[in-house]
Amino acid sequence: MTATPEKAAAVETVSLTIDGTEVTVPKGTLIIRAAEEVGIDIPRFCDHPALKPAGACRQCLVDVAAPDREGNVRPFPKPQASCTMTVMEGMVVNTQHTSEAADKAQKGVMELLLINHPLDCPICDKGGECPLQNQAMSNGRTESRFIDVKRVFEKPLALSSEILLDRERCVLCQRCTRFSKEIAGDAFIDLQNRGAMQQIGTFNEDVLNFDGYEPIGVAAEDESGKAFSSYYSGNTVQICPVGALTSAAYRFRSRPFDLVSSPSISEHDSSGSAIRVDHRRGKILRRLADQDMVVNEDWITDKDRFAFAWQNLADRITRPLVRGEDGELHEASWPDALAAAAAGLKAATTGDEALGAAVLPGARVTLEDAYAYSKFARLALGTNDIDARTRIASDEEQAFLGATVAGTGLGVTFAELEKAPAVLLAGFEPEDEGGVVFLRLRKSLGRQQVFTIAPFLTRGAEKLSATLIPTAPGGEGKALAAVKGSTDASEALKAEGAVIVVGERLAGSPGALTQALALAKRTGAKLAWIPRRAGERAALEAGALPGLLPGGRSVTSASAVQTVADAWGGSVPSSPGRDAAAIVADAAAGKVGALVVGGVTPSDVTGPFAEALERTPFVLSLEVRRGEVAEYADVVLPVAPPSEKAGTFVNWEGRLRGFATAIPTDAMGDHRVLDLLARELGTDLRTGSVADVYAQIAALGTAAKGERPDAPKVDAAKVDAKAGASLVLASWHQLVDSGSLQEGEPYLAGTGRTAVARIAPATAAAAGITDGVVTVASAYGAIEVPVVVTDGMADGVVWVPTKSPGSWVAQELGVEPGALVTVKGGVA
Amino acid sequence: MTESDDVWKVNRERDGQAKPFESNLPQAGPVGKIFAPVAGFGVTMRNFFKPTVTEQYPEKKVAPMPRYHGRHQLNRYADGLEKCIGCELCAWACPADAIYVEADSNTPDEQYSPGERYGRVYQINYLRCIFCGLCIEACPTRALTMTNEYELAGPTREGLIYEKQDLLAPMGEAMLAAPHPMVPGTVDDDYYRGDVLKVVEEQTEWVRENRPEDPTLPENRGMREENPEHRRGEHSDASANVARHQTAMQGVKGGLGSGM
Repeated sequence: MTATPEKAAAVETVSLTIDGTEVTVPKGTLIIRAAEEVGIDIPRFCDHPALKPAGACRQCLVDVAAPDREGNVRPFPKPQASCTMTVMEGMVVNTQHTSEAADKAQKGVMELLLINHPLDCPICDKGGECPLQNQAMSNGRTESRFIDVKRVFEKPLALSSEILLDRERCVLCQRCTRFSKEIAGDAFIDLQNRGAMQQIGTFNEDVLNFDGYEPIGVAAEDESGKAFSSYYSGNTVQICPVGALTSAAYRFRSRPFDLVSSPSISEHDSSGSAIRVDHRRGKILRRLADQDMVVNEDWITDKDRFAFAWQNLADRITRPLVRGEDGELHEASWPDALAAAAAGLKAATTGDEALGAAVLPGARVTLEDAYAYSKFARLALGTNDIDARTRIASDEEQAFLGATVAGTGLGVTFAELEKAPAVLLAGFEPEDEGGVVFLRLRKSLGRQQVFTIAPFLTRGAEKLSATLIPTAPGGEGKALAAVKGSTDASEALKAEGAVIVVGERLAGSPGALTQALALAKRTGAKLAWIPRRAGERAALEAGALPGLLPGGRSVTSASAVQTVADAWGGSVPSSPGRDAAAIVADAAAGKVGALVVGGVTPSDVTGPFAEALERTPFVLSLEVRRGEVAEYADVVLPVAPPSEKAGTFVNWEGRLRGFATAIPTDAMGDHRVLDLLARELGTDLRTGSVADVYAQIAALGTAAKGERPDAPKVDAAKVDAKAGASLVLASWHQLVDSGSLQEGEPYLAGTGRTAVARIAPATAAAAGITDGVVTVASAYGAIEVPVVVTDGMADGVVWVPTKSPGSWVAQELGVEPGALVTVKGGVA
Repeated sequence: MTESDDVWKVNRERDGQAKPFESNLPQAGPVGKIFAPVAGFGVTMRNFFKPTVTEQYPEKKVAPMPRYHGRHQLNRYADGLEKCIGCELCAWACPADAIYVEADSNTPDEQYSPGERYGRVYQINYLRCIFCGLCIEACPTRALTMTNEYELAGPTREGLIYEKQDLLAPMGEAMLAAPHPMVPGTVDDDYYRGDVLKVVEEQTEWVRENRPEDPTLPENRGMREENPEHRRGEHSDASANVARHQTAMQGVKGGLGSGM
C-alpha cells in the first residue's frame, strides 16, 4: 500500500488483458487477484487471499488465451481456474462477463455444487451472508434441474464443543482444512473418500494417546486420532463460504440483517486484534475478525471471538452501590455514591493518623483509564501507591520497562516479528499468552529459527519447530546469559532483524530481564516485551506503576516529577510507591487506609488479597460486574465494558488501538468516573473525555534524557531445580481457561485444555510417579490434577496451568511460579 | 419581510394581469335559476328510495372476503408441532419492520418444531403492520398465514405487539401441544412434504410422561370440553388478547361517556 517508489520499481510486472481491460500487476499474481485490481469480480469459494491456492471448488473458471513460443495468442482448450493460474505477459482473460464459455462453465460448476447442497437456507446460520447463496443468484441457473434425492448426513457433527460441522452443506472448498494446516498448525478434519462420496470428516481411530492437550468439552478426533483442540478454530467458521461450519454460541441466534456491526478492538490480550462486534438490540451476538494487515491480518483467537458474554451476565451492575448501615450494599444515586466514595477516600488520606490510599487499577485498562488512575492516585490521593501489575512483578521489571519500553513508541512490530530470521522466546508462550503472535510466528515456519527458554516444549512451540532450552522458572537469567559464544541461539540471534521476546513472567526470575538486555546488546537483536493482558502496555505508558509517571518518567527524577506536576497543575509525590504485592501485603496487615480497586479478580492475585480487602477500612471498587471485590467494597461504582465505551488499547508493539463505542449506553468509562470522583475530592483531573486525555498525553510527551529509571542490574539467580521431593513450580495461563472475561461462555470453555501437571521422566521416576492423579502442594494449599510425564522437560520442575478448571494456582497454591512445591502421586 | 421575500407579490402581480374568471360550465336557463336553491336536496331525496349500505358494526359483524389480510396466525402441523422455524424471512420481507424474530435450537427435551431450529421469540407489531402480506409470501414453511380477524385496536402500544402465544393457531381437535418429539422415524423434510398427518402414540406417551396435566392429552380433553372458558384462556390466547383489549376499550369509553 505504501511501497516507496524504489521498491515499487524493483517489482517485476506483467501486463495482461482482462475483459478487454489492460492491467499491469506484479509477476506471480493470480488471475483472480489481477481481476480484482480492475474491479472484475470472479465468483469463488476456495480462494482466500491468506491461504495457498487450492483450485478445489472450480467456481472461478475463466477463458484464458496466452501467447505461445512464436508469440501468437492462442486460447486454452478449456476454461481455467483463475485462482490457481498466475498471470503471464500478453495473456488475454475473458471472465463470465465477456465469455459465454466461461459463463457456461461457471453455471455448470454451480449446478454441480448445488446438487448435494441442501437448500436449507432458512435454518442455516449463513443465510443472508452466504457466498454460495449470493453466487448461486449471480452466477447460477435460475431453476434447478435436479430431481433426485440429495445426500444427507447426520447433523451437526460436533468437532468441538464450539465448532459444529454440517457435512451436507459443505462444498469441499477446503478452506477450513487449509487454514488449520497452514495457519494454525492444528491437525483437523480432512477430506475423506472420493468422487461423489467425498466429504469433510474426522478420523475414527481410537484416541492414540493422552498427551495433556485434551479439550474439556466433547470433541471429535482429528487426523492423528487425538481429540481436536485448537485456539483458532473459530476462524474456520468465519472463512467457511457456506454454512457447513457454525459455532454453537451463534447457532440459530440471528440473521445478518438484524445485526449492527461495529468495529472494535479485542480486550483479551495485548495484541489488540481488530474485531467486528455484531450486536442486536444492545446485546452482542457474535464477534468476528476484522482485517488489519499490520496487526492480526485476518485472524483472531477463539477467546477474542467467543468470550464476550461476561459483560452482560446477571451480575452486571449499572447503578452505584453503597454499603449501608446494615452492612449490605444498596443501590444509590451517582451523587450519593460519589459523595460516599469521596468521604471514604478523604478520611484515609487526610489527618495525621491517615494511613493513605492505594490504587490497583488492574491490567485490563485502556490508555485513557490507566492515565486517569495514574493521575487520580497522584493528584487526588497524593500517593505513588499505584500498580496495575496484579501478577508476578518485580522492581527489576519496573526498571526494565521504564528504561526500555514505556514511552518508546512503536517498537518491534508484528511485521518485524514475522520477518525475523531468528526469535528467542523467554518466559513467553506464544500460543497461550500471545494469541495472534503465535500465528505470525507460524507464518514464518521454515524461514525462521525459534528458540524458547521454557521448562518444556509446548505443543505451540512444537508447531513453530522451536528449539527448547530447558530451563526451570527462576533460571531464565542464567539461561539467557548462557546464550553466547558459538551456541546455536547466539549465532542465530546475530542475524539482521532477529528478535528476543520476553514475557511478563520473566519478572519472577531475578536477573532475567537484565540478562535479556545484555543479550540484546551482545547480539544486536531487537527486544520485545509481550505481556498477556490488554492493558499492561497502556498502564505502563500512563504511569500506572509505583515508580513510573506517564511517558516512562521515573518518580525519582526531580525534573520528571516537576514536568508532570507542572502539566497537571498540582503536586506529584516524589517517593516511589509500593508495588501491588506490597500494597496487598500491607493492606492485609491493616496498614492501608483505603484501596481503589479496578478490574482485579481476587482469584488471580497471589497473596492475601481477600484479607487485604477485609482489613482495609475503605474499599472503592470500579467494576463492570458485581464481583468478589464488591463483597468487601464500601462503594461500588459501575463502569462500562469495552463495548460500551470509547478508548484506546495499547498493544505490545506500542501501537495505539483506538476503538469507538459499539453499543451506546449510560455506562461510563473508568476515566470519566474517576474524573467525577476527583471533582468530589476537589481536584480536576480533566479526564472526562477521551479527547481530553489524548490532549494531555500528547502535551506531556515522553521522558526527557535522564528522566527514565536506570536499566536494571540484577544478578541472575541460580535455581536449584533437581529431582526430589521439592520441585520448582512452573505455570502460565492457558489461552482458554477460567479467566473472568471468559465467564458465561460454556461452549468456549469446552475447547479449553484440561488441567494437567507435567514433570520430566527422571523427576517422575524419582518421585515414583507414573500416571494418574498427582497432588501438587505448597505450604498454603494443594491442587490435584492428572499428571503427564513430558519428555525433554527440565528436571526438578512441575508445571500446572495457572487458572484452568481444577488448577487455580494463585488461589489454591497461593505461590508464584518459581516457588518450591511438593508433588506426590495420588490424591492427598 | 424584505422585498425579495415577498413571494405573494409575484402572485398578486400575476393575478392582476390575469383575465377575470369565466366558468366553463353551461349556464342554467331561467327555470334552472329558479330551482337552484333547492336542487341540492335532489340527491338526498333520491337516496330515500335506495337500499342502505350502512353496517351495524360492532353490533353486527360482517365477515370480510375470504382472502382478506387480517391478523397473522402461526400454524401448526397435524401433530401440534409449530411450523415456524425462526428463519426470520418474514422479518426480512417486511417493508414496515413490524416483525421481530429470535430463533433457538430445538433440544430433545424441548422440541417445538420439526428439525433443529424453532422461533423462540415471535412478535408482530400491529401498530406498524401494513397488512401487505409479503411476510406470508416469504414464509418457507407456510407457518405464517393471515386470518380474517380485523379487530386490531387497543388502548396501549404494548398490547398491540402480539407475542408468539397470541399468534399461534388454536390447537386442532387431534393435536398435541408442543413441545414434544417428532413422529418417530420422520425427519423435518417429511413434515415439510406434508407426510405427517396425525399424532402418534409415542408422542402422546412422551407428553403424558413429561406434562401429565397437559390439556391436549386425550384423557384431559374431556375436561376441557366441560369448561369452554378454560379452553379459550388456554389455547386461544389471541382471542383472549382481543377480548382483553375490548374490555379495556369499553372501560375507556365508559369513562369518557360519564365525563361528557
